[in-house]
Amino acid sequence: MSEGTGHTPFHPKWYRRRVSVWWWLESWTYARFVLREITSVAVAFFALVMLWQLRALAEGPEAYARFFARLQSPWFLLLHGVALVFILYHSLTWFHLAPKAMSLRLGGRRVPDAAIVAMNYLMWLAASGFVVWLALRG
Amino acid sequence: MPETIQLEVARYRPENESTPTTQRYEVPFRKDWVVLDALNYIKDRLDGSLSYRWSCRMGVCGSCSMMVNGKPKLTCAAFLSDFVPGPVRVEPLSYFPIVRDLVVDLTEFLYKLKKVKPWIIREEEKPLEEGEYRQTPEQLDHYKQFSMCINCVLCYAACPVYGLEGSFIGPAAIALAERYSRDSRDQAALERLEILSEEDGMWQCTFVGECTKACPKGVDPEGAIQQYKLAGAVHWFKSLLLPKAAK
Repeated sequence: MSEGTGHTPFHPKWYRRRVSVWWWLESWTYARFVLREITSVAVAFFALVMLWQLRALAEGPEAYARFFARLQSPWFLLLHGVALVFILYHSLTWFHLAPKAMSLRLGGRRVPDAAIVAMNYLMWLAASGFVVWLALRG
Repeated sequence: MPETIQLEVARYRPENESTPTTQRYEVPFRKDWVVLDALNYIKDRLDGSLSYRWSCRMGVCGSCSMMVNGKPKLTCAAFLSDFVPGPVRVEPLSYFPIVRDLVVDLTEFLYKLKKVKPWIIREEEKPLEEGEYRQTPEQLDHYKQFSMCINCVLCYAACPVYGLEGSFIGPAAIALAERYSRDSRDQAALERLEILSEEDGMWQCTFVGECTKACPKGVDPEGAIQQYKLAGAVHWFKSLLLPKAAK
């Protein structure tokens, strides 16, 4: 966007305010947005743990037992607890933002936002139910 | 109800100030007065040197946008009674270069707006004798919401991404691109998608969502941008799978 925005000899003497690095503390909605962005670190954390788990699984039963023992250390439990809270915040905020990105039309009418949010919750429940079933199957 | 209310108005007179200052004015408080009425009172009765823009007084022209108590507002729709007991802080729109007092320079925005080609583009115009391009109420309904934009740029003043990255093409320009791309008479949706896929386009948006909250006309630029991102991703994926068909 460089065209036409530069100074000319007849240009007014502009005053430009600088944006503070603390701009996200200026309003609660900005702070909530930054918090939502930060929760992606927790998503990355879970992904890395899962990759670590897969590697342990490939290396055999002993490596897997070692991996499991490490996970049970108090620090890891605490970290997982914090990451879980962040992931829940991450997922729930994104569920509620989903209708913004989707303009679905059925029979010539727009699907209401609440229906799209509800679909996300239903899919989450179904996926969680499947995982629980896998874990409890024996 | 108070008899008067104080206004703290930002002043910037480039001929003898290097940074903006604040000036206090006391104006009569009336239940049916908006901030713009108070500014007009100051201009007429107290201080003729105050500069600001306004025109229609009824939320149609989009000229009187300012920051009122730190929030981007049309001053013709911001009632003094909502700010009792005051004082009411009136400043020029955030993130735009200030020319004088409450007047900001919108040149950048106008370039951005033009860049998305906000007009109907046909590959080939049909001959006049074939008549007008007709549209069903459903087709109208599909884009109407986005056509309500009055270019008041409140959405830019609400957008921290624009504040940090002034090159971002911004919410209103993208919403207006969506308005024309959704129009059944238009045939340049792909062209606009490519313009918005550039570095300064829709991918700069991090989905803060303040643009939609600031919009006085219910346009929802936030939704338009996310839908553009989805369309861009789908188009990229298609061109990866079927390079010829996506053209």
